[in-house]
Amino acid sequence: MRIGVIGCGAVGSLFAAHLAGLEDVEVWAYDVWPEHVAAIERDGLRVVGVGSVVARLRATTDPTALPDMDFGIVAVKGMYTRDAVAASARAFQDAAVCSVQNGVGNEEIIAEFVPRVIRGTTFPAGKVIAPGVVHWDTAGKTWIGPFEPTPATMDEVRLLAEMLTRSGMETDALEDARGAQWTKLIFNAASNALCSLTGLPHGRAALHRDVRWVMDRVIEEGKAVAEALGIAMDKDPALLLEESIEPALDHAPSMLQDVRMRRRTEIDQLNGGIVRFGEETGIDTPMNRAAWALVRGLEASWNLEGA
Amino acid sequence: MRFRRVGVIGAGAIGSLCAGHLATRTEMWVVVRRREQADVLNERGLRISGKSELVADVKAVVDTEAMPDLDLVIVATKASQVDVAAAKLAGRSPEAVIMTIQNGLGLEDVVRRHGDWPVVSAVTFMSGTRIDDRHVEYELDTATWIGPYAPSGIAQETVEEVGALFEASGLRAEVLPDLRPAQWSKLIFNSAVNGVAALTDLPHVAAFARRDRPTDLGHVVHDLMAEGKAVAAAAGIDLWEDPWEMNVEAVGRGQTRDEAYAHIPSMLVDVRAGRRTEVDFITGALVGEADRLGIPVPLNRALWRLVKGRDRSHDEEVST
Repeated sequence: MRIGVIGCGAVGSLFAAHLAGLEDVEVWAYDVWPEHVAAIERDGLRVVGVGSVVARLRATTDPTALPDMDFGIVAVKGMYTRDAVAASARAFQDAAVCSVQNGVGNEEIIAEFVPRVIRGTTFPAGKVIAPGVVHWDTAGKTWIGPFEPTPATMDEVRLLAEMLTRSGMETDALEDARGAQWTKLIFNAASNALCSLTGLPHGRAALHRDVRWVMDRVIEEGKAVAEALGIAMDKDPALLLEESIEPALDHAPSMLQDVRMRRRTEIDQLNGGIVRFGEETGIDTPMNRAAWALVRGLEASWNLEGA
Repeated sequence: MRFRRVGVIGAGAIGSLCAGHLATRTEMWVVVRRREQADVLNERGLRISGKSELVADVKAVVDTEAMPDLDLVIVATKASQVDVAAAKLAGRSPEAVIMTIQNGLGLEDVVRRHGDWPVVSAVTFMSGTRIDDRHVEYELDTATWIGPYAPSGIAQETVEEVGALFEASGLRAEVLPDLRPAQWSKLIFNSAVNGVAALTDLPHVAAFARRDRPTDLGHVVHDLMAEGKAVAAAAGIDLWEDPWEMNVEAVGRGQTRDEAYAHIPSMLVDVRAGRRTEVDFITGALVGEADRLGIPVPLNRALWRLVKGRDRSHDEEVST
């Protein structure tokens, strides 16, 4: 069994390192960061934090070096999905390719380049702390299911879930993975965008009465869109938000980390995704639309000449 | 000239621009917060550079009580400080005319709670940057609009005299029979522009008026202003200028005559300095009026609340 991980940042590395521990699996990682790739090739991929793993696997910056794969796992940030999948698609023409990215809209892009796609949502998170070394911050489950328009078979979905679970990344195979995806999407849209605009960490933002009011509006709009799409939510994102306050009181969501580092954010895949699916289903999403444009404005502020 | 002895409370950029110019025609008293600033102003004078070049003699004090009775008092503090400033004036300068020049709504009422003075309302479009304790750069020499605060029973003739004093001292002024249309125009403009700037860290650049792509910021600014206009209409206010057109003009060549120059709205100045913003007196005032009139303003409400969240992020406990 050969699995290619596209994008070996924190989440991609967690998947790659765990899967590489399975005797029946050969893992390849494709990433554009030369130092990281060189370190993985030389010393292996090291995970520290919630769990400790040192894995030997193949890593490359050259997508044409990838052999034919049985499975793919796409873990790049949303704005790089198109370029990364387009560049590496040749190796996945007979594979089932699974997105484990944030937000919505990634599977649609992947499906333009490969025949069979798996919809995925994952909660584990971490950060690359040095080339070849990833800190695993939070554990959590992964949910995967066929991407409806161009699905992988349910057997493929179950096989991937079985391998991931056996490797230490607990994964559920679902006939319909949209509920899990939209639960996380809506939760993330409320937390990431508004933490980024206010500069408040996750729990502090949710505890702030005024910010919470806006978060609740973002969540309500997201739930209305999910309902119009006929998606049964896994869990109420508002409840998820409430429960996350204490454990993530001073946690900076990934988008706030991006903003602090002045890196482009995934706002297009989060609030932007809710807006786009809202337009398709005739649901107005003014709060998500405003959050989308404001975070884009924030990104633009980093590139002003002399302003 | 009727206004022989004038006081300015608050020596921020706007207060200093008023004091420096008016000092060329009047005996000028300035109330500042810090002793060192009063000392340097008294020793070396107040310097204005940029659109005007002058060094003005002023009498600077830290206590309102140290001033003699005045003919005109310009309250130029932050909106949040007007109440405290007016309280210190209570029982003093009974013959004075008081002018408010803050962003926001309702500050005239705050002043009148402390005395029976006739009140002149003003909104200003001039801007400057404080260089140091005695020096302000005068950047935009746009007009200050001046009108009567009718409930105070002020005569229009008095308002005209204040306008004439501004003009005579080298500031631009426009006297209006009713300031509310102008005040509301600026309130709606400021609510959107200051709030968006405070959240995005963007100065008032062309992006505020761009509406080509769905994610362009101009949509948000436009929708915020549309809500504000609905509130003004419900309040029976016939706006002096369309806030969206003010926005388009301000980011273009119209206001600054210099495309490279982008004004940093005052709430963004506050955010960058780690200070609490005036959002309660601007967007908060607009939302308050909307609630009173039953007009839905979800975007302005969200903006107000998010800026309050931004204010909160400066607190030590959460800035780790």
